[in-house]
Amino acid sequence: MATKPRVKVPQQVKKGEVFEVKTLISHKMETGLRKDKKTGALIPRKIINKLIVKYDGREVFKADFHPAISANPYMSFFTKATKSADMEFTWVDDDGTEYKHTAKINVN
Amino acid sequence: MRYKSLTITSIFVLMAGVAGTAFTGENWGKYAAGEKRSGYTFMTPETRAMQDDDFANPAFLWVEQGQELWSKVEGEAGKSCASCHGDADKSMKGVGATYPVYAKELGKLINVEQRINQCRTERMKAKPWKYESSQLLGMTAYVKNQSRGMPVNPKIDGAAASFFERGKAFYNQRRGQLDMACMNCHVQHPGKMIRANRLSQGQPNAFPLYRLKWQKLGSLHRRFRGCNKQVRAEPYPFGSDEYVNLELYVMWRARGLPVEAPGVRM
Ligand code: HEC
Ligand code: HEC
Repeated sequence: MATKPRVKVPQQVKKGEVFEVKTLISHKMETGLRKDKKTGALIPRKIINKLIVKYDGREVFKADFHPAISANPYMSFFTKATKSADMEFTWVDDDGTEYKHTAKINVN
Repeated sequence: MRYKSLTITSIFVLMAGVAGTAFTGENWGKYAAGEKRSGYTFMTPETRAMQDDDFANPAFLWVEQGQELWSKVEGEAGKSCASCHGDADKSMKGVGATYPVYAKELGKLINVEQRINQCRTERMKAKPWKYESSQLLGMTAYVKNQSRGMPVNPKIDGAAASFFERGKAFYNQRRGQLDMACMNCHVQHPGKMIRANRLSQGQPNAFPLYRLKWQKLGSLHRRFRGCNKQVRAEPYPFGSDEYVNLELYVMWRARGLPVEAPGVRM
């Protein structure tokens, strides 16, 4: 399945409120420890190794991922509503590919 | 046959130590119907929480794919599923609760996967999807999800009756090197530990489901194959008549439980 990010944020939040952000990305998270059943050769590691989240241009969340993290990694965190702005998500793949997603945070 | 009961006893003795019947007496609400309990009720709170939240449930990645494919034109007839069936939430409601059904034109039972492929080949003039491909899993999950919450209620009389009887016989037939039938585990020992798994009643109402062990969505027939292999019996092919008949029998066992597709399991 193609790698595709999903993000869930509240439709509206009050200024100063702490809200939950949920993320999930479809990815095989190949650990680099498995062997090809036919050839016996190691299957090269290919995982998402980082998630970076910026809110109004400022980094609010960052995580390093390691090979023991499951396929289709789910990550959620809390942050505080400051103003209506974009929240930008970047997942970084071992092969250098960046998967991006933007969500609108509406603060009233 | 003394050695047989010895084999079986030794497996369950291993289980007994860790077992405990922690779940008896709890009120499982919609996840139980009389004595029947969904596999959900045998999972840890963490696994149940994943199923409770459609966003955290990775199976919905496949459901979304199914939804996209629903209106995608494919094949020589120039049609999509939506061209004939319109909105899936109306036209597909109930399908997940009642299949497999007897198909007159084939003279046997077919399940949802096979019905989807029948529409692709005969009505869309498109290639069938492979069993266990992400497309067929996704579409099956999408179609069955339209019946979520509805009680499982397949038809076992009339033309389906003789196939149902075959499925039932399969369920109770000992097989494999360990010489065990489905019922030896799922009827006689639910609640006990078997290696790292807590045995459930082996209910089919959440399939296709996301299994943490598989790290992806899998069909009911994949589960049947796994359960055959773990008693060291030769598994049958995906979509084989034997498994479709068995599917009707296990769906009948589950009657009254809600369709959960797509569930999450360990
Ligand atoms: C040696 C014991 C054993 C036998 C025999 C066995 N199973 Fe299972 N089965 C398991 C275990 C262990 C699991 C995973 C934990 C659970 O849900 O019970 C499982 C899971 C299942 C599930 C998934 C339930 C859910 O909610 O996810 C189904 C369906 C199932 N089995 C059907 C069958 C059928 C049909 C047969 C006969 C072909 C069979 N099993 C034979 C041990 C067995
Ligand atoms: C050219 C029209 C047409 C197209 C395109 C089509 N179908 Fe169908 N489909 C039908 C008809 C007609 C039936 C009813 C068959 C019957 O009841 O015997 C049916 C039955 C079904 C059923 C069983 C419904 C029930 O209540 O038993 C399912 C599930 C289904 N289709 C899924 C799909 C999917 C998924 C697609 C796209 C991949 C699709 N169909 C494309 C015409 C179509």
